[in-house]
Amino acid sequence: MALQDVCGFQEIALHHPASLSISSDDTTLSTYPGGKMKTTGGQPFEKDDGSPLHLVLPPQRSLVRSRGRHFSSSLTTIPCPFTLSHGTTTLGFTFQGGVIAAADTRASCAGLVACPVAQKIIPIHSHMVVTTSGSGADCMLWERILAREIRLYQLRHGRRLSVTGAAKLLSFMLHPFKGTEVCVAATLCGWDGGDTRSEWDNMRKEDESAFSPLLESEPSASASRASSELAIDISTSNTETSVTSQQADGISKEVGGTASQDGSDQILAASCRSGPRVCYVCSDGLLLKGELISVGSGSPYAYSILDDGWKWSMSVEEAVALAREAVYRATHRDAYSGNNVDLFHITERGWCRRRREDLKDEYHRERRREKEIVQQQEREKEKRENVQKKKTGN
Amino acid sequence: MEYLIGIQGPDFVLVAADNVAAHSIIQIKHDYDKMFKLSEKILLLCVGEAGDTVQFAEYIQKNVQLYKMRNGYELSPAAAANFTRKNLADYLRSRTPYHVNLLLAGYDATDGPGLYYMDYLSALAQAPFAAHGYGAFLTLSILDRYYRPDLTRDEAVELLKKCVEELNKRFILNLRSFTVRLIDKEGIHDLEKLPLV
Repeated sequence: MALQDVCGFQEIALHHPASLSISSDDTTLSTYPGGKMKTTGGQPFEKDDGSPLHLVLPPQRSLVRSRGRHFSSSLTTIPCPFTLSHGTTTLGFTFQGGVIAAADTRASCAGLVACPVAQKIIPIHSHMVVTTSGSGADCMLWERILAREIRLYQLRHGRRLSVTGAAKLLSFMLHPFKGTEVCVAATLCGWDGGDTRSEWDNMRKEDESAFSPLLESEPSASASRASSELAIDISTSNTETSVTSQQADGISKEVGGTASQDGSDQILAASCRSGPRVCYVCSDGLLLKGELISVGSGSPYAYSILDDGWKWSMSVEEAVALAREAVYRATHRDAYSGNNVDLFHITERGWCRRRREDLKDEYHRERRREKEIVQQQEREKEKRENVQKKKTGN
Repeated sequence: MEYLIGIQGPDFVLVAADNVAAHSIIQIKHDYDKMFKLSEKILLLCVGEAGDTVQFAEYIQKNVQLYKMRNGYELSPAAAANFTRKNLADYLRSRTPYHVNLLLAGYDATDGPGLYYMDYLSALAQAPFAAHGYGAFLTLSILDRYYRPDLTRDEAVELLKKCVEELNKRFILNLRSFTVRLIDKEGIHDLEKLPLV
């Protein structure tokens, strides 16, 4: 067959007696109704001459060679067809107005852009999202597992698991795979709340009374009650977003109600049971709680922008602009990050999602701005020269 | 990359650890606490491979607390150190060895203060002063030179400051702050973070 030729598949008629045994102690075999056991000895891709259920094993590798951990003896290291490389820029940070999670959308595979519109931020439940980095398949799988476990916890205990609790859970689930090729570096961003039922009651009460200042400054928040997705069209200028102090006060009233000092707000939020949280979990086993976390090949570039502009008392617009700029600068410099930027904002009323934005437009806008600045400088220079000429002429 | 130090006095133990949580070239956290409280008067300082540190240290921590719950009294620092060593040794030749370096510091009502040095091969030694990490190469000779068994608390803190100064001067990495704690018969006390701003 043509496909067979392309794959280099070698057809070997085999009639192994049942007594043939494999060299290692792995025992994955297929049995078919005939009762005879066929084993695939050292040879790969042996074709069975009749059975539809024949399982093919990859060539056995020595288990002693790799230092990695194997949680069961039947797990063999399957040789990778290509080197895994993890390119991405994701970030998450807390501030007085909640949590911002942002990521690029390029799924890269060594030198190839496997998908320019991947989604790296995945909502787990109404008040938590996870940003993924590392191997895409591993992240997808582990986040589904995490979502399942959190949902089970919620059903069993009547309240949502906190972000740190979920991070701990994920860390423990990943621990047996330490040393293997599993590569997951996730940032859990969310808002720790109280009991789900009482929280819903509170939200309804608050909606009726005190939320008008918030609604004015955050036009999208009203619709984000449960896990409904919403595309906000916040103005796309990434610089000079002027925020009035009134808006900032309105937001801080919603969150803490404490004095607007950076330090005390932060301490309160950190020690409170409810509040914004960001946790980093890695398949190495690292688990870190923090205020500002960025992961991926583009993270150093993002860190430098974030460190420059982050403060606890930022407004929502400032925070969104900062996150956007950080991802944009990282995608500009890092080859493995790019295409679009996704942005999620989580408050105590849930997450809401900003419309995905193509960073190519931002790049062109910036080049145009630069050109305009250069042109303006040249014009001013000409003006000065003209004035001087007139003076000397006179 | 990480640094632990312990100094034992006649009736106290002073311990310090850096506060950096790093991943390849980035410092992800500047205020990470590497000390685990095993009981009212025992601290375990743990550095090493990323996930192993927390996993192993929390395992020991919970087991020491379980002992107290079952038996009604706490493990002594010597017993806790030997228990830790045994666990580390058991895992050493398993499929999942823990790559951690530890300092265990505690105060016992009968034996007094104790500082125990343990490395990833589960070698255990009680020592008057000890350090882990690349920074240890720079600071052990300072400790050798100035340590005396009858140090007062203030003198021990001064000695620690000397070590930190040397690290700031000569160590290639920027370890900008250290958590410092003191254990004596009253329990565990938090001291001011070094270096003082």
